[in-house]
Amino acid sequence: MAYAYTPGLKVSEYTRVRKERRLPLKGQVVAWQAGEVSAETVVARTQLPGDVEPLNIAGLLGVPPEDLDLYLVKKEGDEIKKDEPIAQTKGLFGLFKSVVKSPVDGSIESISKITGQAILRHPPMLVEINAYIDGMVTEVFENEGVAVETDACFIQGIFGIGGEINGILASCAENPFDIVTQEMIPEDAHNKILIGGSLVTLDALKKAIKNGAKGIVVGGISDSDLKNFLGYEIGVAITGSEEKGITLVITEGFGPMKMADKTFRLLKEHIGEKASMNGATQIRAGVLRPEIIIPLKKGEKEEVKKSPSTGLEIDSPVRVIREPYFGAIGKVTALPPELQNIETEAKVRILEVELSDGRKVTIPRANVEMIEE
Amino acid sequence: MQKEINTILATDCGSTTTKAILIEKKDDEYRLIVRGESPTTVEAPFEDVTKGVLNSIREVEELTGKTILDGENIIKPRKNDKEGVDIYISTSSAGGGLQMMVAGVVKSMTAESAARAALGAGAIVMETIASNDGRLPHQRIEIMRKLRPDMILLSGGIDGGTISHVASLAELIGAAEPRPRFGTGYSLPVIFAGNKDAREIITKSLKEKTAFSIVDNLRPTLERENLRPARNEIHELFLEHVMAHAPGYKTLIDWTDAPIMPTPGAVGSLVEMVGKKEKINVMGVDIGGATTDVFSVFSETFNRTVSANLGMSYSISNVLAETGINNIMRWIPFEMDEKDLRNMIRNKMIRPTTIPQTLQELQIEQAIAREALRLAFEHHKSMAVGLKGVQKQRTISDTFSTDVGAESLIDMIGLSLMIGSGGALSHAPRRVQAALMMIDAFLFEGITRLAVDSIFMMPHLGVLAKVHEKAAIEVFDKDCLIRLGTCIAPVGTGKEGIPAITVKLTTEKLTTEEKTVNFGDIALIPLEGKEMCEIIPAKGFDIGEGRGKKIEQEIEGGVVGVIIDARGRPFTLLEDNKKRIAKLQEWLKALGVYPEKS
Repeated sequence: MAYAYTPGLKVSEYTRVRKERRLPLKGQVVAWQAGEVSAETVVARTQLPGDVEPLNIAGLLGVPPEDLDLYLVKKEGDEIKKDEPIAQTKGLFGLFKSVVKSPVDGSIESISKITGQAILRHPPMLVEINAYIDGMVTEVFENEGVAVETDACFIQGIFGIGGEINGILASCAENPFDIVTQEMIPEDAHNKILIGGSLVTLDALKKAIKNGAKGIVVGGISDSDLKNFLGYEIGVAITGSEEKGITLVITEGFGPMKMADKTFRLLKEHIGEKASMNGATQIRAGVLRPEIIIPLKKGEKEEVKKSPSTGLEIDSPVRVIREPYFGAIGKVTALPPELQNIETEAKVRILEVELSDGRKVTIPRANVEMIEE
Repeated sequence: MQKEINTILATDCGSTTTKAILIEKKDDEYRLIVRGESPTTVEAPFEDVTKGVLNSIREVEELTGKTILDGENIIKPRKNDKEGVDIYISTSSAGGGLQMMVAGVVKSMTAESAARAALGAGAIVMETIASNDGRLPHQRIEIMRKLRPDMILLSGGIDGGTISHVASLAELIGAAEPRPRFGTGYSLPVIFAGNKDAREIITKSLKEKTAFSIVDNLRPTLERENLRPARNEIHELFLEHVMAHAPGYKTLIDWTDAPIMPTPGAVGSLVEMVGKKEKINVMGVDIGGATTDVFSVFSETFNRTVSANLGMSYSISNVLAETGINNIMRWIPFEMDEKDLRNMIRNKMIRPTTIPQTLQELQIEQAIAREALRLAFEHHKSMAVGLKGVQKQRTISDTFSTDVGAESLIDMIGLSLMIGSGGALSHAPRRVQAALMMIDAFLFEGITRLAVDSIFMMPHLGVLAKVHEKAAIEVFDKDCLIRLGTCIAPVGTGKEGIPAITVKLTTEKLTTEEKTVNFGDIALIPLEGKEMCEIIPAKGFDIGEGRGKKIEQEIEGGVVGVIIDARGRPFTLLEDNKKRIAKLQEWLKALGVYPEKS
């Protein structure tokens, strides 16, 4: 029983955030050590080898592959332009020639005398990566990328859709329990990250996109709305590459879920400020949760020194993450070591919690998470 | 190696936990002593699998009071009863197990054989590529570039047959230059197991760009499949390349006395051994958080499938996506709003380590498990088939015809033993819950013994069987298997309320128990040991010997007993919601599946 508790999501008023920005292949780093960067600044770029495209020359000419040499007008390694002839037959008296033209710009990688197939390669593609957050370059990885750091307010969500964006935080809910309907989406949401309450409806999501919002952060979303929004059922929780025109981060779970008070308060405090956000979520070994990063100016806040988390103890603040007390907050009152029977008759490790409404309840340890700074 | 082995230590490095078991010889018999577990440490911040292994062994030390470790070394051989072990072995599925891509010329022939070879070796098949898969060549290349498999198995062409198709596939692989998942500095292993006449050409295409190896053709003729050489090579390369590049495995390989096996490969070889030794048809299922594996031995042919995205935590949403909400709802024995069910499933997906606290939540999870098991079994049936493309002589009138839709090897009425494993089955609070989940998902026919793996030690025993078969069999029989009992399910349908079957058996107390079960009902006779039993199906029902024909045979009981399932084969659930719920509750009550609410 090495882990007796589930570490919770990080919701931090002030912390140091470091982001490594690496190229998929080696390339050129264009940012400098100790240089200030903004989220949009390109920090590294590279050329990705172009896609390859096979072309069955022998088949198209109707000749045996082993005779291909007789008909080639280009050879391996040659550059080619779209519609440029690669091979042709001589025809009859110069007439009825068959010609195979290149379908792409690029080069000829190989030509096989066994299959009669040529492999054509498209020109390389430029790939650039930006800094993602406003901050300073603290480390340069030669030919690979950089590390960018900033002091920030840092909030992890539980699930998200859509990739990296940045925008200005704007409010669309008064309270953490408000349900965000389409009437609550501001007319001018251009370049905004909207902060909602317990739920966002499908119509509200659509309106947010229409009005130019880049992101939205809410407590929950109904699964049927998410399915209609995406147009498919989510299978395995690996997200981030959706291109729906908005990045969505939910902080609590599926269904109407009041956003945690602290999360809501922190986001509200920074309305009007620039934030970076990523919906990418992976729930497998090596969990990746969505995040909202609000860079702070130096000296804006004092870092609160916290002793490192030592696991669940008496008085530890916890959040219940499964029915019948889903979403309730409380503090641990007892941690009996022996296994106990719960309603299902399963024998599990439990803990006793006093919920914020005063109820004292027994909960399996697997069903609470620590509230972490 | 078999002499003087008294103490055996085995570990299984799973994707989340590493489990260690200690086996000892007591009174000339090998028995499980204890089991320890600890989180797996393949990923950051540890990035060394041996840390988790050592932690799990330390737990074994604490539980037994023995000394097994000297610092970070396993004491071998055993010094005395209190110190050291004789052998140490391990399996691994950490880091997502072995992930492969397979390619072949004809989708339903060589590509399918290649997939079977990979699955049999314990791999997850990420993608199957074939010359006739309907994709354009550039789409195949795109897939190869996007996926990052641990290994590729290329087959195609019977010996002496076509060369150009398989050569073309090799060219595409060469052009795509797929990169391996682990380790940036090494080449991707590619195995060629196709037409032997194509070896030279394929070597030319792939030798420079990949870690290339050649084995015997896995489909030397249309009528024959020869998967063993490809499977062995996959195991070799798994150790040499994949494991050697995963963090900490070099050390672990040095520690073990037998090659490390992929976890599902070890479970498969154990199921295969049981089938062959007892000369029975046997099936096994392992339902995990992310994947569900099904193993079968029918007519001495072993098959394994892995449904990579069917599971009870990480993959729970995919069960919903694949089966649809209605198929899950149909197993829930109370009224429930579809919206709430959807949200509950998603919440389990995003917080996969939580467990059901209320009875209703347990019933919902077990409803989902039925569908995960059913889908995995459907998948298995579609893969465990005879060879396709074989010319068969049928009758004089239809002369020769090509058998395209080969028949599934799965013959439910011939199935003798079903073994369930994985959290949803092994840890169900009442054993009868595991029995009924398997019955509902697999719909056994005739007489089938049911068992569960008590603490998921089939992987350990699978690898142990390679070095010490006797120990593996004894522990499997005495400590691993929990016998649930037997399911008797007549094939056929009838009218509700009309008798479908009568079962007479003499119990341990020498009283004769006779139970007649009506069509549409399910019943239980408690029985722990083995007893002679007379089974009389009603007219129109078949228990294995033909319609209406009775059987007299020994029946094995267990912690549940004998379940008589007269709900019909084919089995259907009522359409009307209220009536269906009432029927479900009736069945659950008849077997005592859940505690009665006070």
